[in-house]
Amino acid sequence: MSEFLQQLLNGLSLGAIYALIALGYTMVYGVLRFINFAHSDVFMVGAFLGYYLGKLVPEHTIWGGLAVLAVSMIGCAILGMTIERLAYRPLRSAPTLNVLITAIGVSLLLEYTGQVFFGAAPRNFPSIFPVRNFSFGSVIVTSNQLIVIAVSVVLMIVLQLIVYRTKIGTAMRAVSLNPKAAALMGVNNDVVISFTFGLGSALAAAGGILYALNYPSIDPLMGVMPGLKAFVAAILGGIGNIPGAALGGLILGTVETFVSGSQWSTYKDAIAFAILIIIMLFRPAGLLGKFTVEKV
Amino acid sequence: MLRITDLSVSYGAISALDGISFAIEQGAIVTLIGGNGAGKTTTLRTISGLLRPKAGRIEFLGEDITKLRPHQIVARGLCHVPEGRMIFSNLTVDENLAMGAYLQSDDELIARNRDYVFSIFPRLKERIRQMAGTLSGGEQQMLAIGRALMGNPKFLMLDEPSLGIAPRLISTIFEKIVEINQQHGITILLVEQNANLALEVSRTAYVLETGHIVMQGESKQLRTDPQLKATYLGG
Ligand SMILES: Nc1ncnc2c1ncn2[C@@H]1O[C@H](COP(=O)(O)OP(=O)(O)O)[C@@H](O)[C@H]1O
Ligand SMILES: [Mg+2]
Repeated sequence: MSEFLQQLLNGLSLGAIYALIALGYTMVYGVLRFINFAHSDVFMVGAFLGYYLGKLVPEHTIWGGLAVLAVSMIGCAILGMTIERLAYRPLRSAPTLNVLITAIGVSLLLEYTGQVFFGAAPRNFPSIFPVRNFSFGSVIVTSNQLIVIAVSVVLMIVLQLIVYRTKIGTAMRAVSLNPKAAALMGVNNDVVISFTFGLGSALAAAGGILYALNYPSIDPLMGVMPGLKAFVAAILGGIGNIPGAALGGLILGTVETFVSGSQWSTYKDAIAFAILIIIMLFRPAGLLGKFTVEKV
Repeated sequence: MLRITDLSVSYGAISALDGISFAIEQGAIVTLIGGNGAGKTTTLRTISGLLRPKAGRIEFLGEDITKLRPHQIVARGLCHVPEGRMIFSNLTVDENLAMGAYLQSDDELIARNRDYVFSIFPRLKERIRQMAGTLSGGEQQMLAIGRALMGNPKFLMLDEPSLGIAPRLISTIFEKIVEINQQHGITILLVEQNANLALEVSRTAYVLETGHIVMQGESKQLRTDPQLKATYLGG
């Protein structure tokens, strides 16, 4: 039983990170109907920003950790908005395929620019937050897991409030339902799209730092696998659906953790994709998605 | 108030409007009638900035708005209720109205406009928390008009408000259109295939046929025009 609880806890904290990344994929899909493949590299840049900023604050402090987190989130928000402005906006009326190929190009650009600046060798992420273990019976909860869960819960609540309670959030939903009608209401779609990239990228940065706290070896290609998993999570939940992305992330993280702890651990990555295929067969629109025919 | 000069619009190689010109005076209800595919929707979409004209000029209140983007045009008080209503189906009625007031910052004015919308369309008030997609066609049209009124327009363009609506509701909606014009002094450009109805409520009319204006004049006179009668008014 305690073994199960331990794995569940580990799974949920991994899943929370996937969820943070998945939200960015799903929000951008919502407003632009394309998958931003460079998103996983923004996650990586978030971790590296955390790495460098972490050297500027004393280790093992809550305020230092939160400051690093906040500044990386702002940095990545700016990065995401810049990518959108320079790479995607000029292609606004181009076919989706062109935009997808551009996204792959931006992704490679970030990965290899990362190798030039950061070097290809893995680096050790500093422990910016205090580190302690709490044991409940035989279940061990690390402070990093608590931080992951607390930060993700807070960010998801904030995101929910932005999307459902603010003017720009309502505009985001309106643009994703019908960009032309939104424009007729006086919404500048470019501003909303830019804001969406900023928001998604900030969450990816938070994901990058939280991931690095638990898997402290970071390198410029570190985003590839978690990014792919988060992408699967977003599809699993129903692409374009915000609660779906969060749910998909949690499911994927939990399943992956349980598989890792079993005799099939070698197949843990394959399982993620097997789940995707199975869900897509039975619910093509994802768990919370509504099936709509893609307008071409 | 609105002046269109030699406006031409095409979709790729297909020409939809071929040098049309017309002008609309402040305070009037003007109608643009014509059969399916005549270019009515294209005209409205070009005025509101959703389409770029190939040639020609659009002036609103003396300003050249031909090259402005839709949100800049809305900001000048020119609102467009599009064909097919285009309400935000997964937003509540209330949120749809809030979107209509997107550019308004005066809370008092927003509240007054909301009260006005509810006074002309009381059904919307009853359904305020309902998802807009669950409304009936007529209610969705009311919402689309109400949403545009939330933008505090000086000039309102309506694209086939009678389309796909129960006949009982059509007359209600047309009464409200006249009321909006008379009580609020909002100038209205009404696009319709239902020419009888449109000529009844409007002062002047333009008849569009395959991208050309083929007839224009007082609605009263056009209603008795033999040629128009034969083509659009069912004999
Ligand atoms: N998106 C489009 N792409 C290509 N042709 C179009 C498009 N929309 C309209 N058209 C063509 O332009 C002409 C005018 O259409 P429209 O303005 O919708 O007419 P109306 O509103 O009077 O029915 C028609 O011949 C129509 O087929
Ligand atoms: Mg039309």
